[in-house]
Amino acid sequence: MNFLTLAGHILRKDLRIEARSREGLNTLLFFSVLIVFLFRFALGSSEVQVRQAAPGLLWLAFILTGLWGMARTFQIERDNDCLESLRLVPGDLGGIYLGKVLVGCCLMLATELAILAMFGIFFHLDLWAALGRLVVVLILGTVGFVALGTLFSAITAQLKAREVMLPLLLFPLVIPVLLAASQLTGLALAGEGLSAEPHWLRFLVVFDLVFLVLGYLTFPFVMED
Amino acid sequence: MNRLAGLLGLGAGVLMVLGLWTGLINAPPDAVQGEVQRIMYVHVPSILAAYVAFTVVLFASVAFLLRGTRGWDRLAHASAEVGVVFTAITLFTGAIWGKPTWGVWWTWDARLTGTAVLFLVYVGYLMLRSAVDDRERAGRYAAVVGIVGFFNIIFTHMAVKWFRTLHQPSTLQRGTIDAALVFPLYVNLIAFLVLYAYFLVRRVRLAALDEAVEARALEG
Repeated sequence: MNFLTLAGHILRKDLRIEARSREGLNTLLFFSVLIVFLFRFALGSSEVQVRQAAPGLLWLAFILTGLWGMARTFQIERDNDCLESLRLVPGDLGGIYLGKVLVGCCLMLATELAILAMFGIFFHLDLWAALGRLVVVLILGTVGFVALGTLFSAITAQLKAREVMLPLLLFPLVIPVLLAASQLTGLALAGEGLSAEPHWLRFLVVFDLVFLVLGYLTFPFVMED
Repeated sequence: MNRLAGLLGLGAGVLMVLGLWTGLINAPPDAVQGEVQRIMYVHVPSILAAYVAFTVVLFASVAFLLRGTRGWDRLAHASAEVGVVFTAITLFTGAIWGKPTWGVWWTWDARLTGTAVLFLVYVGYLMLRSAVDDRERAGRYAAVVGIVGFFNIIFTHMAVKWFRTLHQPSTLQRGTIDAALVFPLYVNLIAFLVLYAYFLVRRVRLAALDEAVEARALEG
């Protein structure tokens, strides 16, 4: 099977599971509400402080909710004893990776938009003016995060200590995404164009491409039994 | 293999003593920083040895995924372990050097942050290995982390560099260092690389013995 066809099948399968159970999105959304509230109390009552920290907090919220989302990517396969069947799929296993990345991006972006809206409402950020630029940053940052997260989800789903190992492996590796994306988010929220700091934009694009390719190439070795 | 290890061990010992002598006694103190600058003779060689170690992890990981021979996996594992030790030495000596010259043990400077992340990535690599019981699978998972982690570190170093940096630029790249200080640095550099090779050979052998013992135990 062609890897794009395979990716399409995986995407359709997982979105159908999601549409029927709504387990992933519901939990992600509720989780993100909680995180926004925790941030609010952790930062005290100073509005200025929250605004200054908003870009970094946003990405921290994405990564924390994303951690659960990523862990789930392959846990649902494991819980249903489907890892075996996935291994047996004829054709390029990299397609499974690509499909899972697409699913992860869909779920993450939906959650991120909700978090963004909550930040706007609870922290009085003016989002409308910067929405287009914010979406660009969200997509670029999310692809990088999900590219790594999906690969490590596949590894850790097969471990006993999976709850600890996923953040342990993933957090140090997403630092570049966190840095670049929160810089760009800061720019967008300040009302400036992303081209004010083009090196961060280029950085994210190259990061995404490199780790998508590396994930695609190494994924079959992770799935081997 | 044992002869090689012996030779490397001897070489490392002699070179380390020579390095200590040139660095601590023979070389003059730094014009600005004084005696404390001598820590450079440990600080710089150990991070360079760590870079070499993680590059070896990268190549050994690729080779293991392509070939599947145990030897490559043992090499990657051993090199990662030794690399983590050298990175820890760099972080510690850096903190000791930072306190008298900058006034703080730690600062969120680009090079410090990058090195700390490097440390975390490969500690994660080692923890992943110990989290998998099956040796073959541990090797494959670790190899993936060894490859992805290496490229990731390049991005991390780039990203953190775009923040303001406090660390002095690389001693060797800058070329402003006096010859009297360069010589001991090179001696120590070679000493650390030989020491790395010695640790590596020993660690690979230990891993091979470990596997042999396990195989023997399984036979009953």
